[in-house]
Amino acid sequence: MREITYRQALNEALAEELARDPDVFLMGEEVAEYNGAYKVSQGLLERFGPRRIIDTPISENGFAGLGIGAAMVGLRPIIEFMTFSFSLVAFDQVVNNAPNMLTMSGGQFNIPITFRGPNGPAHQLGATHSHATECLFANIPGLKICTPATPRDAKGLLKTAIRDNNPVLVLEVELLYSSKGLVEEEDVDLLIPLGEAEVKREGGDVTIICYAQTVPLALATAERLEEEEEISAEVLDLRSIKPLDLEAILKSVSKTHRVVIVEQDRPFCGVGAEVSYRIQKEMFDGLDAPILRVAQEDVPMPYNERLEKAVLPSAEKLIAAVKKVCYT
Amino acid sequence: MQQPEQRDEVEMLSLMLLIRRFEERASQQYQAQKIGGFCHLYIGQEAVVCGAVAAARPDDYLITAYRDHAHALARGTSADACMAELFGKATGCSHGLGGSMHYFDREHHMYGGHAIVGAHVPLGVGLAFASKYRDEDRVTLCFFGDGAINQGGFHEALNLAALYKLPIIFVCENNLFAMGTSVERSTALKEIVERAEGYEIPGAVIDGMNFREVRDALAKIIDGIRKDPHPAFAEIRTYRYRGHSMSDPASYRTKEQLEKYRLDDPITRLRAQLTREEKLSNEQFDKMDKQAKETALASVKFAEESPEPPLEKLYDYTYVNGASA
Repeated sequence: MREITYRQALNEALAEELARDPDVFLMGEEVAEYNGAYKVSQGLLERFGPRRIIDTPISENGFAGLGIGAAMVGLRPIIEFMTFSFSLVAFDQVVNNAPNMLTMSGGQFNIPITFRGPNGPAHQLGATHSHATECLFANIPGLKICTPATPRDAKGLLKTAIRDNNPVLVLEVELLYSSKGLVEEEDVDLLIPLGEAEVKREGGDVTIICYAQTVPLALATAERLEEEEEISAEVLDLRSIKPLDLEAILKSVSKTHRVVIVEQDRPFCGVGAEVSYRIQKEMFDGLDAPILRVAQEDVPMPYNERLEKAVLPSAEKLIAAVKKVCYT
Repeated sequence: MQQPEQRDEVEMLSLMLLIRRFEERASQQYQAQKIGGFCHLYIGQEAVVCGAVAAARPDDYLITAYRDHAHALARGTSADACMAELFGKATGCSHGLGGSMHYFDREHHMYGGHAIVGAHVPLGVGLAFASKYRDEDRVTLCFFGDGAINQGGFHEALNLAALYKLPIIFVCENNLFAMGTSVERSTALKEIVERAEGYEIPGAVIDGMNFREVRDALAKIIDGIRKDPHPAFAEIRTYRYRGHSMSDPASYRTKEQLEKYRLDDPITRLRAQLTREEKLSNEQFDKMDKQAKETALASVKFAEESPEPPLEKLYDYTYVNGASA
């Protein structure tokens, strides 16, 4: 194992899959000559050339659709959205064309495409650039969605996504691009299956379910809970929103009997709504407290730093929720 | 010297007849409530897709919008598979899961059948991108109506195709109406073909009621694309005799306009050309028409007798298993 950044992990995943399969190409705004708006595609143009690392004009609908058309005849496009807030301009392509094609064609055309880029609020980007889109896309059958929070998960999930024969969304976290973590050596073909959650911290009193940028928040908060409240929290990182690893969720909850879901999206029809529904449906009698959710406040994201902080999940909100389900 | 062309033209006339008789039969079955959802007929426009298919290679990529029955039939999808799709049967060209607006046939390089206006134009650019990426000489034929040209995706697609010099012909089937809205009421430009100029894409205006003109003009354009990959644009002026869909009485247009185009019918026109040149007898034509009617009628029987898609396979089409080897 060695320590690399989340950005480097994604870069390695792209490079390895481009080298492995000549049908894979990367397309998006600023991915080639600029080396990526967040430098995720650094050096790829130089290594793989302009045939496979392709800059586009600002036309998300157009190049997302181009990718889907190319995937119909067996290419394996990686389409980068500079942020998933911009994927909304291509919503029709991602929602209507990519995941519907297999059904509409009676199984004749699968779409092996990866849509990737940062998703969720970053820092003071205002309402239009702060969308957490996972709950919008999770409603669509035919899409798979993963949300890596560590460099290791970023590399392993992106590589798996590129090889998957279905449309997969890899929702990255802008605020984590420079974060570091341990990842297998470069000669290891690191593949992490979609639909497998991971216990990031073992605990016995409460399960904190999290994903993407709420994973580091949950881990840090769990340490504080241990020290300040003597509460032992298990931190379960979903890693994939769709498919959802219900088995891992139930396994953890059957141990702790208490659940707080901390999510980066909005509360109304958010990811936590689905997760808590599934838990109560499967093990209502196994719960010692109502499931609580910590999500964004249900408002468009304000620019002001203090207000933005008030909208987002925080350690304080998470601690309050955990204490409530633990009746302390 | 003339022999192959003569045979081809009679064959293409026979195909146009099949498309027309198939859709007349579909219309009847829709009214008998054997067909659900929406059903958009192509009657009147047959020379467009038949001319295009005659000008292209069978392995050229073809993609179109929701008025797609003729495009599948022209490509070689059987009338049986087309009618069964309308009936929602497992033997349909999309196994009964697509319906009238979502015909697909991989074997015949028919890439749909897309029902969101303009949204498939970027997909067509993607097909052309794949040809260029793989250094193949296939040309993509991307059909859409005059209603698509005011969608953002259409403009993005044209720009991308021009930027990347992709081998695609954008075929605008201008039948004068986007549903009930005439071109004058929807489009600020007088000449649709001028849209292409903004992207430095060469454009042509073609009489869509004349099979020979469509075929010859498109053959020249496609040949040019094959030799030197680039996008081209063809505005093909045509007319649909029926309403936008089965529920549309088309009261937004005049009887006189409809009659004018009926007199210019593409089937009548090609028949007259061939008859005048003594390449087709009345007996031959009648025989072909009879055959087309029988094929259409037989397709109804086939569709009626075909099984429904099995309920237990409901979840089998959402995801495919596996990954790239």
